[in-house]
Amino acid sequence: MRLIHAATGEGFNPPSAKDFELPPFIEGVEWATKPILLAFLSIVLISIFFIAASRKAAVVPSRLQFAGEGVYNFVREGLGREIIGHDFLKFVPYLFTLFTFILVNNFFGIIPLLQFPTMSRVSFPYVLAAITFFIFHYVGIKKQGIVKYLREIMFMPGVPKPVYILLTPIEIATYFLVRPLTLSLRLFANMFAGHLLLLVFFLGGEHLLDGVLGLKLVSPFAFVIGIGLTFFEFMVQVLQAYIFTLLTALYIAGALADEH
Amino acid sequence: MSSLAAGGEVNPLIPHTAEIIAGLIAFSLLYFVLRKKVTPMFEKAFAARTEAIQGGIEKAEKAQRQAEEALQMYTKQLADARGEAQTIREEARTQGAAILEEMRSKAQEEASRITASAQAAIEAERQQAITSLRNEVGAIATELASKIVGEALDDQVRQSRIVDRFLEDLEKSKK
Repeated sequence: MRLIHAATGEGFNPPSAKDFELPPFIEGVEWATKPILLAFLSIVLISIFFIAASRKAAVVPSRLQFAGEGVYNFVREGLGREIIGHDFLKFVPYLFTLFTFILVNNFFGIIPLLQFPTMSRVSFPYVLAAITFFIFHYVGIKKQGIVKYLREIMFMPGVPKPVYILLTPIEIATYFLVRPLTLSLRLFANMFAGHLLLLVFFLGGEHLLDGVLGLKLVSPFAFVIGIGLTFFEFMVQVLQAYIFTLLTALYIAGALADEH
Repeated sequence: MSSLAAGGEVNPLIPHTAEIIAGLIAFSLLYFVLRKKVTPMFEKAFAARTEAIQGGIEKAEKAQRQAEEALQMYTKQLADARGEAQTIREEARTQGAAILEEMRSKAQEEASRITASAQAAIEAERQQAITSLRNEVGAIATELASKIVGEALDDQVRQSRIVDRFLEDLEKSKK
């Protein structure tokens, strides 16, 4: 698309939200879009990798099993045992799925040829945040009963009564609105902005090449910065996958705890 | 693209239904695959590893315990054997002494028995000798006396009376 613009000699169109609205591969088939295919590609890749790594379940692990165990153990110990604590094991599969799914889809943002972070489409973070939202409320209600659970959220114990006027709306908003929204938007915005940033530098650099000699000379700097930003993006991608999973674990732990 | 571009501003915060459904399906599929195929296997590997380490320690401890037990058993057996040998030696000594004693008493008994029977034989022979001697002496004396007296003393009763009287006289004169 950018190439067309450049070729037709139009002015530089800065990348925008429109660049994330990719058309379906097949005209009229709404689901045949890049992000949807990437999401399915990610689950195929993750499944193949981890099934291959865990298939033998050997006491002395192969290199592949060791790598798979490393990721699993990171989620199991660092997020499961550390944060949820008692009875953490039944939440590990969910946390593990969440972490790997987000991580691989984020990586797609910098993997050559794919180069599109699935999570920059807000629908996906919405779905994941919604699942987390339902899980932690369900866990809390199941553990404490709906009345006690809601009472603890709305009337935090150990607070002077007048404070509830202020605190209760805040708490309700936190638990039912802010948490799922921030969870999804944090992931979405990071991926969206990161991808936009890369687009700016790479497409901008490309556009500069079409300019006068002076602009041509500046162009390599844009590419160098773009490459640097790619590494930076890699960090952000890992971090965002971790944060999403971490917060999910924290919310579950909070719902399980007797006192907030 | 052109239609979207023509649509003007795009709000990136508005989700797409197709993407929501696809996301749900993809995530659920991944969850079930990992839940069924991957996490149980990793947990199994962890459990096997823990067990292997603990099992190894337990096995070593067991082996050590067994070795100690065997050592104790052998020591005890050795002591028992020593004690038994001592007992056997003691018993043999007592038994030997008893046998010796028995032999000795048996020999003594035999000797006294032989002595007694010899004495009895001697006594019997003596009696026999006395009897025969008496008869002979009587006959000789009677014959002598009859010759001297010239009187036939054929009568048995009378003869024996005379001999007795004679012998009595003989014995009296001896004193």
